[in-house]
Amino acid sequence: MSLPPWLKTTLVTLGSIAVTMLGLLFITFIIGRVMPIDPVLAIVGERASQSTYDAVFQELGLDKPLIVQFGYYIWDVVRLDFGTSLLNARPVAEDIARVFPATLELATLGIFFGIVLGVPLGVLAAVRKGSWIDQIARVVALVGYSMPIFWLGLMGLLIFYGILGWVGGPGRVGIFYVDVVPSVTGMILVDSILDRNWDVFKDAFSHIILPSALLGYYSLAYISRMTRSFMLEQLSSEYVTTARVKGMSEWDVVWKHAFKNIRVQLITVIALSYANLLEGSVLTEIIFSWPGIGSYITTALLSADMNAVLGGTVVVGLIFILLNIFSDLLYKVFDPRAR
Amino acid sequence: MADQTLRQWLLTETPTSRRHAKLSALYQGWLTFRSNTMAMVGLGILVLLILIAAAAPILSPHDPFVQDLGNRLAPLGSEGHLLGTDSLGRDILSRLIYGARITLYIVALVALIAPVAGLLVGTVSGYAGGWVDIVLMRITDIFLAFPRLVLALAFVAALGAGIENAVLAISLTAWPPYARIARAETLTIRSSDYIAAIRLQGAGSLRIITQHIWPLCISSLIVRVTLDMAGIILAAAGLGFLGLGAQPPSPEWGAMISEGRRFILDHWWVATMPGLAIFTVSLGFNLLGDGLRDVLDPKAGE
Repeated sequence: MSLPPWLKTTLVTLGSIAVTMLGLLFITFIIGRVMPIDPVLAIVGERASQSTYDAVFQELGLDKPLIVQFGYYIWDVVRLDFGTSLLNARPVAEDIARVFPATLELATLGIFFGIVLGVPLGVLAAVRKGSWIDQIARVVALVGYSMPIFWLGLMGLLIFYGILGWVGGPGRVGIFYVDVVPSVTGMILVDSILDRNWDVFKDAFSHIILPSALLGYYSLAYISRMTRSFMLEQLSSEYVTTARVKGMSEWDVVWKHAFKNIRVQLITVIALSYANLLEGSVLTEIIFSWPGIGSYITTALLSADMNAVLGGTVVVGLIFILLNIFSDLLYKVFDPRAR
Repeated sequence: MADQTLRQWLLTETPTSRRHAKLSALYQGWLTFRSNTMAMVGLGILVLLILIAAAAPILSPHDPFVQDLGNRLAPLGSEGHLLGTDSLGRDILSRLIYGARITLYIVALVALIAPVAGLLVGTVSGYAGGWVDIVLMRITDIFLAFPRLVLALAFVAALGAGIENAVLAISLTAWPPYARIARAETLTIRSSDYIAAIRLQGAGSLRIITQHIWPLCISSLIVRVTLDMAGIILAAAGLGFLGLGAQPPSPEWGAMISEGRRFILDHWWVATMPGLAIFTVSLGFNLLGDGLRDVLDPKAGE
């Protein structure tokens, strides 16, 4: 009784996804257990009687063996129940659902900048290897790898907001536009378009442009480097020489032959840097007072709101893992050599 | 020897002893490295950093902790304060100089912990094979799949804020790539003839791993560590900036930026100067790492 190969691959992939996710949950579970915060005390307060304490202790399942507790934890996460925030007594899952669109909006616009500028820069750097444009691409990437993102954000605020006044300051919209458009997707740019409220759109755009350009710069550094090395590999292969010998124009050689062959690799790189942006937005969100998941986790961290920290970590972790797997799958599906 | 210069002795094609051959290889590597201007700039920055950290008490014009509230937020180039003062009137230049010590301390600790842990896991995994390999590599993959900064944040939340805990959290997220590299190296070395020969001579697994496999993994690990250092400095500064790394009044650069953030629009230099310091040092590590890669691992370059 042997399984067909495609089914076997699918099962293996699903199995490895499950193991990775279990590992993620195990790590957050352990972190939750070793935290120097008593979860019972956090609920009942210091003046509760011993019997109240014991009742809550049992209700939380803390009297059960660790492995059973871990089982409960997984079951809770599967049902998207991350407990209630100790700060505002709301379910953590609701809070995360509320703040997540802000991060998504920021990271998506960021990756857009990264692709639109990074890919052509990488291709040009490969085609004109060693020229001034290649040197510029190199410096751009090197500076991107070496600059602390939160500091660059501060400098951006200082120059473009403080001195030049070209962009809006911290926050998602100016004070006069808060809650003007109804929240449908939670992404203000989209919501204001749906509401056809162009004043809000303009204001929101002036606020998002700087932080997203900043994030875009970081993904640009990575995307342009990878594009360059992929293109160099293609341009040195024999089919490119053949195409040139046939008299094909340089434009067609580069874009119709070489670039076509790096598309799959490029998409995996973009998926990875998108995942990194979701994470990289943590520090950026703080600089720009952007009410996304990064701000949420760090605020919770500083006020010892354990459920919120772990819930946020799990959500970011799951998305990160899913994007990683997505890029892997894409590679396997579209690149015959990887099958 | 007498009619031979040291240079000729080092560049000989026919080394007379093992040490001679080693020194000769080292010297030739140095010559390749030296021809790379950018890498030399990187090395220069790091040597300078070490010198500054070592001579901090001599170099710094003021005590980095002494406050002078009458002279707070003095601008660049004010008298006695070349880079101005912060919100408590402390001399920024002196704090930057002392901060170099903290940066070096973090870098050294992470560079000791993470690669060693990775080397251990990777070589054992690669050498043992079978179930040990599968389990260890799964664990490595899980850590690799995790967003690093967020994981470090959660670890610091569990361990408590502080510079040692920040180092630990960064190390816990930094070891998996080293384990991958060490495993790959081990797999290629494991099946080679000379390992079989040593095994026939009666060497045990421990001896083979520590004496014969580890030395060969070192060079690729060094390159990777140097390239990662910039990221580690940025992560440590990020944790400091969030208030989870070094605690006040420590002159850690990330924490200094965090302090200066409140005055960024009116007193820009308070946050700008420490940021420039972080940028310079991580640039130095990136340049050095690129240069080392070209010397030690020429294939990976292009």
